[in-house]
Amino acid sequence: MTSMLRVDQLNVVFDRFQALRGVSLDVGQGESFGLVGESGSGKSTLLRAIAGLVPVASGTIAVGGQKLGKKRDKAFYRKVQMVFQDPYGSLHPRQTVDRLLQEPLAIHGFSDGEQRIRRALDEVGLGSGFRFRYSHQLSGGQRQRVAIARALIVEPSILLLDEPTSALDASVQAEVLNLLEQVRRDRELTFLMVSHDLAVIAHMCERLMVMQNGEAVESLAATSLATRDVSQHYTRRLLKASEGFVRT
Amino acid sequence: MSTVAETRREWLLSERPASRMQARLGRAYVTWRRFSANRLAMVGLFIIVALIVVAALADVLAPYSPTIGDLKNARLLPPSAQHWFGTDDLGRDILSRIIHGSRWTLFVVVLVAIIAAPIGLLVGTVAGYAGGWIDAVLMRITDIFLAFPKLVLALAFVAALGPGIENAVLAIAVTSWPPYARIARAETLTVRNSDYIKAVQLMGASPLRIVLRHIMPMCISSLIVRVTLDMAGIILTAAGLGFLGLGAQPPLPEWGAMIASGRRFILDQWWVAGAPGFAILIVSLGFNLLGDGLRDALDPRSGDQ
Repeated sequence: MTSMLRVDQLNVVFDRFQALRGVSLDVGQGESFGLVGESGSGKSTLLRAIAGLVPVASGTIAVGGQKLGKKRDKAFYRKVQMVFQDPYGSLHPRQTVDRLLQEPLAIHGFSDGEQRIRRALDEVGLGSGFRFRYSHQLSGGQRQRVAIARALIVEPSILLLDEPTSALDASVQAEVLNLLEQVRRDRELTFLMVSHDLAVIAHMCERLMVMQNGEAVESLAATSLATRDVSQHYTRRLLKASEGFVRT
Repeated sequence: MSTVAETRREWLLSERPASRMQARLGRAYVTWRRFSANRLAMVGLFIIVALIVVAALADVLAPYSPTIGDLKNARLLPPSAQHWFGTDDLGRDILSRIIHGSRWTLFVVVLVAIIAAPIGLLVGTVAGYAGGWIDAVLMRITDIFLAFPKLVLALAFVAALGPGIENAVLAIAVTSWPPYARIARAETLTVRNSDYIKAVQLMGASPLRIVLRHIMPMCISSLIVRVTLDMAGIILTAAGLGFLGLGAQPPLPEWGAMIASGRRFILDQWWVAGAPGFAILIVSLGFNLLGDGLRDALDPRSGDQ
């Protein structure tokens, strides 16, 4: 399996707080990789560092074998796209779905915009009836579908997912997860997915990494999650916590 | 007939617009409905529309010439059927002068808004989005302008540029952009870290594109409101400069200058200064009411915009 995304000894420092301490990971092409951990464990920061939204203090990030510099170029943004956690905050409140989808096409100079927008909306299961709506005319699940369509419209090969379903209720959550599964299979995408929900990660990902306090605790396969084949105490506690409240 | 209006409304309020045009019109219609529900705002709108109509048709509406008076027979006449607002010390009909003066009022207000608002918007959004030393430099310049009282700074500019209504406009514009820059910067700071701006950054958009196409639209409605509310102040500043003899020069029928010339006989012939003063009052009130209504209609924080 060729490496699609490789992070080596990554450190991120905000003012004097060290958010990431020497985190490394390697995601193969077409693989779905999960990041789990409690709030503040640095999993979202890792994602944002890869996307170039937070400055990297030291360490390297490589996409498709190419090391990334401090500034990301346009080619990078065609390869790597991101879906945000909060669908209520990630769509511009003054733009129609049409405008939202046109923006990436205009930036990257696609000429067949009309077709692509229609195809993108179809792909995420929104008909053309949604095309000229404003985001406040959409439900949470529909918004997240638009956000996914926006990320997919430039045909990236890596999709960064920052808790894409945690703001949605259970039934919509399943729909969006299935949609993501579907597009990954159709487009042979590489996923890097952050979640605090072990069930979601176990369902979506083949491998995962457990994080705590900005450090990698353990890397394991999703199957060993099911069989409880974990070596670290923290992971065991996380697993226990995810079972929920048990009445004694 | 009513069914046609009914279907048109449905088309405008449709939850699934079929074209870019329909979406835009629908949004405008919702804003208009919110605005028109406000009685006072409609009064303000009526006053401003009336001002525009009067200014456009001044040549037709004015019964006499605004600059040539009848010195022999018509000096300082009180209001009557021939001269509704009376005449001034040069025998000119005050109503005609006020009607023609509406053009200058509109000229000043529109020009100041056109010059000052874009400057303020640009400075504020660039400062807010760029941050760092660009922000510091632009905001310190803004602070310098804000440190002087507006009228005093305008006076200094007019004194340097020479009296005249064009220079008055320039001076007022130069002194009135800093508050707009502050507002635009504050709005920019609230949206610059939001996910939707992050999302555009992640598409590889240039900073210029983000500022122009994604941040400015978020600032524009609060700016429109502020500019409209400031228009009364602009009129008063222009009138003040005219009153001090630094704005419009005689025989231009500018309202501030008219008050200045009526000051000498304000107790005996009150209408000479009173009529233009009343006109300023009405128009300022109109702009303030309009601004208040726009604030309610355009407020980005009010529910579903």
